[in-house]
Amino acid sequence: MRKIFLAAGVAGLISLGIASSAPAADETVVLPEQAWSFDGVFGTFDRASAQRGFQVYHDVCAKCHSMDLLSYRNLEELGLSADQVKAIAAADQVMDRDDRGMPVIDDSGKVVMRPARPSDRFAPPDKTVTSALLPAIPPDLSLMVHAREDGENYVFDLLAKGYVTPPEGWDPAANYNLYFPGHRIAMPPPLAEGAVTYADGTVATLDQEARDIVNFLEWAADPNLEERHRTGLKVILFLIVLTLVLYAAKRRIWSDLHKGEH
Amino acid sequence: MAAPRTQNPIIRWIDYRLPIFSYLEHELHEYPTPRNLSYWWNFGSLAGFMLVTMIVTGIFLAMHYTPNVFLAFDSVERIRRDVPYGWLIQYIHMNGASFFFIVTYIHIFRGLYYGSYKNPRELLWMLGVVILLLMMATAFMGYVLPWGQMSFWGATVITNLFSAIPKIGNAIVTWLWGGYAVGNPTLNRFYSLHYLLPFVIVAVVMLHVIALHRHGSNNPLGIDRKGPQDSIPFHPYYTIKDMFGLGVFLIVYASFIFFMPLSLGDPQNAIPANPLQTPPEIVPEWYFLPFYAILRSVPDIWFIPSKLAGVICLFGSIGLLFVLPWLDTSPVRSARFRPIYKWFFVLLVVDVVALGICGAHRPEGTYIVIGRLATLYYFFHFVILLPLLGKLERPRPLPASIGAAVLKGGAVSAE
Repeated sequence: MRKIFLAAGVAGLISLGIASSAPAADETVVLPEQAWSFDGVFGTFDRASAQRGFQVYHDVCAKCHSMDLLSYRNLEELGLSADQVKAIAAADQVMDRDDRGMPVIDDSGKVVMRPARPSDRFAPPDKTVTSALLPAIPPDLSLMVHAREDGENYVFDLLAKGYVTPPEGWDPAANYNLYFPGHRIAMPPPLAEGAVTYADGTVATLDQEARDIVNFLEWAADPNLEERHRTGLKVILFLIVLTLVLYAAKRRIWSDLHKGEH
Repeated sequence: MAAPRTQNPIIRWIDYRLPIFSYLEHELHEYPTPRNLSYWWNFGSLAGFMLVTMIVTGIFLAMHYTPNVFLAFDSVERIRRDVPYGWLIQYIHMNGASFFFIVTYIHIFRGLYYGSYKNPRELLWMLGVVILLLMMATAFMGYVLPWGQMSFWGATVITNLFSAIPKIGNAIVTWLWGGYAVGNPTLNRFYSLHYLLPFVIVAVVMLHVIALHRHGSNNPLGIDRKGPQDSIPFHPYYTIKDMFGLGVFLIVYASFIFFMPLSLGDPQNAIPANPLQTPPEIVPEWYFLPFYAILRSVPDIWFIPSKLAGVICLFGSIGLLFVLPWLDTSPVRSARFRPIYKWFFVLLVVDVVALGICGAHRPEGTYIVIGRLATLYYFFHFVILLPLLGKLERPRPLPASIGAAVLKGGAVSAE
């Protein structure tokens, strides 16, 4: 009977509410929510912001963080021209690789470096920089916004709002971040007002930089988001119409059973 | 078996030698189905639809996936980024696992409520439990393939369950891994089995359907069909009803695929597997959470260590379903006519949801207490309550026939 399933459902939901509100396990900081252009079923990328975000990544983050899953050619999807992409790539040095993908070694035993091409993956950060940071290992940023709970807001809040005055008794040698699990973060505040000079003249406030980098990272992690949303709307619309037609057909076919329950 | 009604000579020629057309006629058109099936009876065919969906998308994913610990993670990302519509196929498959379990769980609870496991459908039910077990194995191994953090650590935790077996446990785990830790041999064999098991599921589903068609569907009243006024042909009545249900289901499924494809997954799986770094929390996918809670809830029992006891209870919780037809002693199938069982059914649903919540949280404080009580009730329900209830409960009077109950006199036969 419907009633009993309803009762089961309601009871299930109530128990869900009770159990999930029960213990306040460990102190978790609530992430302030931001409004993002890619939210919701009509969400799209803010390309201007994402392009600036690439500049922030390129000028600041890339010193320590890799983005292994991205190629320079992907930047064209953000609205950069083929020539711009070529120029950006050519400014970076990458390892030359043979047909099997192995680094090319010259006769003196040195790895051969060459300017990057659009088909190359983003050049990794300089080893001399990152090895100085050990034991901290800066994570790859390709999927960063997917790799954390509520990643978009997490990255924004961590960068723009997280570096606050530490509480009494905090080890002065360690960085404090309100939103980092355990608060002890190896990364010193990476962004600051004017950390980059935007090519498009946008004022580089800390908020602006953090917002731009999140827009860029969202695109990097989920480059098909716009196509997915567009296709999804069409698919769902089609399914709704189809389902209504099927419902009408069902009513019609069953009508000859007269008062039949269904 | 009736000869096909068509005069088409080609069809008649084929059917005389290979009676597939009369078979379809028999199993679809003539197949008598109770006229009173509710929408809860849609979920069996939905599960069949999901099985086909998973196999088809899986075959295409396998054309691009690379089962190697150094390449697997990137190959999945490559499918999402560079393969044309790869993101779509991958999201259909990934979310498909969750939706396959959703419809299967609803299908199982429908069976529990309406007593669909009782005489003469015991084997039908048991084959269903076999399918559930195969699904769980397939889903678990499939989750390992993208080789993210949760893939790796989930595989480590679950395979380690076997180390609870006294004396030979560790040897078994090494044998399962093909090494001394979860590694490339593990990934390769999981990929191989993940491709194989769905076809085993197809075979068992065929047996499940053969067993179903022997006595036909149970129905919300839980009484047998007594004559033509009680049944209608499966086609077109239930084909169209199933298709309408499929439409509704697809709307929900598609909204996950296109608008929240990662919402059912764990963020940890966006990080490549790292054997040197344990994630803060190792949790399985949502559909395993109730079982995970049972595993973690059991304390040391007398001389049995907690780990072994947990593993026994974990397998026992599904093993019980095998013998359910003999645990439930009530001769009445449908809970509609079982005034007390009905409420214990509700309690069981709440219990399983509570177990699921406990499985998602670290076993600390209140969650331990709730988890243990819920585990206790789960076993109490099947082992003690159901056998007793059949003897103690006074069922309400059953209607004379399906037709009488549904049509209230004005019987119109569909024949």
